[in-house]
Amino acid sequence: MALSADEVRHVARLARLALTDSEVEALAPQLSQILAYAEQVGEVAAQDVEPTTHPFALRDVSRPDEPRPSLPREDVLAAAPHAEQDRFGVPRIVSEEG
Amino acid sequence: MALTNLSAVELAEKLRAMDVSAVEVVDAHLDRIAAIDGVAADGDVWRASPADELTSRDVHAYLHVTATAAREHAADVDRRRAAGDDLGPLAGVPLALKDVLTMRGAPTTVGSRMLEGWLPPYDATVTERLRAADIVVLGKTNMDEFAMGSSTENSAYGPTRNPWDLGRVPGGSSGGSAAAVAGLMAPLSIGTDTGGSIRQPAALTGIVGAKPTYGTVSRYGLVAFASSLDQAGPFARTVEDAAHLQTLIHGHDPRDSTSITDTPADLLATLRDGIDGLRIGVVTELQGDGYEPGVRRVFDEALERFERLGAKIVEVSLPHADYGLPAYYLIAPSEASSNLARFDGVRYGLRVDAPTAEEMNAATRAAGFGPEVKRRIMIGTHALSSGYYDAYYLQASKVRTLIAQDFVSAFEQADVLVSPTSPTVAFGLGDKTADPLAMYLNDVATVPASLAGIPALSLPAGTAEAPDAPQASLPVGLQIMAPLLRDDLMYRVGWAFEQDLGFTPIPAGDTAVEVQ
Repeated sequence: MALSADEVRHVARLARLALTDSEVEALAPQLSQILAYAEQVGEVAAQDVEPTTHPFALRDVSRPDEPRPSLPREDVLAAAPHAEQDRFGVPRIVSEEG
Repeated sequence: MALTNLSAVELAEKLRAMDVSAVEVVDAHLDRIAAIDGVAADGDVWRASPADELTSRDVHAYLHVTATAAREHAADVDRRRAAGDDLGPLAGVPLALKDVLTMRGAPTTVGSRMLEGWLPPYDATVTERLRAADIVVLGKTNMDEFAMGSSTENSAYGPTRNPWDLGRVPGGSSGGSAAAVAGLMAPLSIGTDTGGSIRQPAALTGIVGAKPTYGTVSRYGLVAFASSLDQAGPFARTVEDAAHLQTLIHGHDPRDSTSITDTPADLLATLRDGIDGLRIGVVTELQGDGYEPGVRRVFDEALERFERLGAKIVEVSLPHADYGLPAYYLIAPSEASSNLARFDGVRYGLRVDAPTAEEMNAATRAAGFGPEVKRRIMIGTHALSSGYYDAYYLQASKVRTLIAQDFVSAFEQADVLVSPTSPTVAFGLGDKTADPLAMYLNDVATVPASLAGIPALSLPAGTAEAPDAPQASLPVGLQIMAPLLRDDLMYRVGWAFEQDLGFTPIPAGDTAVEVQ
């Protein structure tokens, strides 16, 4: 299928990518070409086939519920672009009046 | 012979006999890196993007050189050896680590601006195991950004060049790790393979590279691209070296929930058993049109060689193999779009400030990711989105089942399967960057094994011309695929082939990097 510029913008919003207009223009034909190629998978009759998401059928892998040390807080926060009061800092998500 | 030209096993023998110290071995490789990789001699290097100080003679295999830590580790190995300590079989042998695996004390950039300068607070399990085996890490190697690419041209830090021809690509995404070993800047390296990212660069640079059975090498500390496909594995200049290195890094890891408890049979015990009577399957769908004439010629010669060695060549079919590449280019981007959601400007890496959280996320990701990563996130997001999921991601996952079943049937008729690793020899820098789909076609022979999770190895099968260079002699790779957990078998077949062929894995010719 061919993706329009508006569809590219919609997908970019879902993917949290602030694309420029020239990126949108370049991506529309590229993504259309790649998807047209990938759509070949639809030629395979696979109605009754179970999907594979992992080469081995691992199920419910769990570890014993025992406390273990975590990474030191200061080491983890040292890598953050913005930290304050021992926390990751982010722009306000909830508005004042909300 | 120069220390840099020796195999890991040869170096280990000299180290054990104390003919040479680990510090001398490290220094020989650091000198070599300083001579051909575009870094100042003697000292630690952390490259920045874009790497505008590079010249067209620089291989640029390494992104970071950890000279100080390497010398310290080597000196420690020498001290313990002198004290009579019991050391591992490859203790003191140097190695280059792909910059997708975390190692404390150096950046992990994944070839991306997103993580430029990120200092990981923990070691990957692979890194830990290498350290426990006293393998000395020389530095971190260049790669396509987030391991997405087949030429290493998608690195935000500039491309890596092929030591056999500095005007050509080394393949990718593990191009830096391959070029480090092919260029004699390390006897061993670690790469990661999602759809062929170890095997294809091994083929294009004339060395050995193996993708182990999925789940046998821990992914803890491996920055995820496509979690159900990503697998770390060895590069080396000999099959035996690669088998040694895989042995050091595989095994169950409780910190990786996709790690399996089984380990392949001993990779070294049967290495020299020969292939008399083995059935070698030639995959009908992985040859013919689309493969360069030189590649086809070398592959046909390889089949004759197998017959001379006593193997039986059988023709087998993987009926759904033609759908492998389309399925892969839905599954891998889908997983990538989900995995890369974590790069949101909050916990690590780049942040571009904006008034709201969502704008900050989107601006950060727009600035931090390069064009190919954006393309794949977009494909994956679309393939997983409401209304398209069934036709794209789900259907591709069903095709994946059929491909795995094809392999099960094929392995009833043959002990291992073979194909050319790549349809082409190394191509020129810039030749395919304008056409994403043409670049994806590099992976046509390697993705089927990735989707099935089976082990596969590439080793040199000879040299051939390129379509644009009829006089050139460029490496051609042979792919050997084995059933799940039969990694031992691919090494055994590879070793027999390698011994008979007698290929010298050292770049030669007018266009190649200089060799002492």
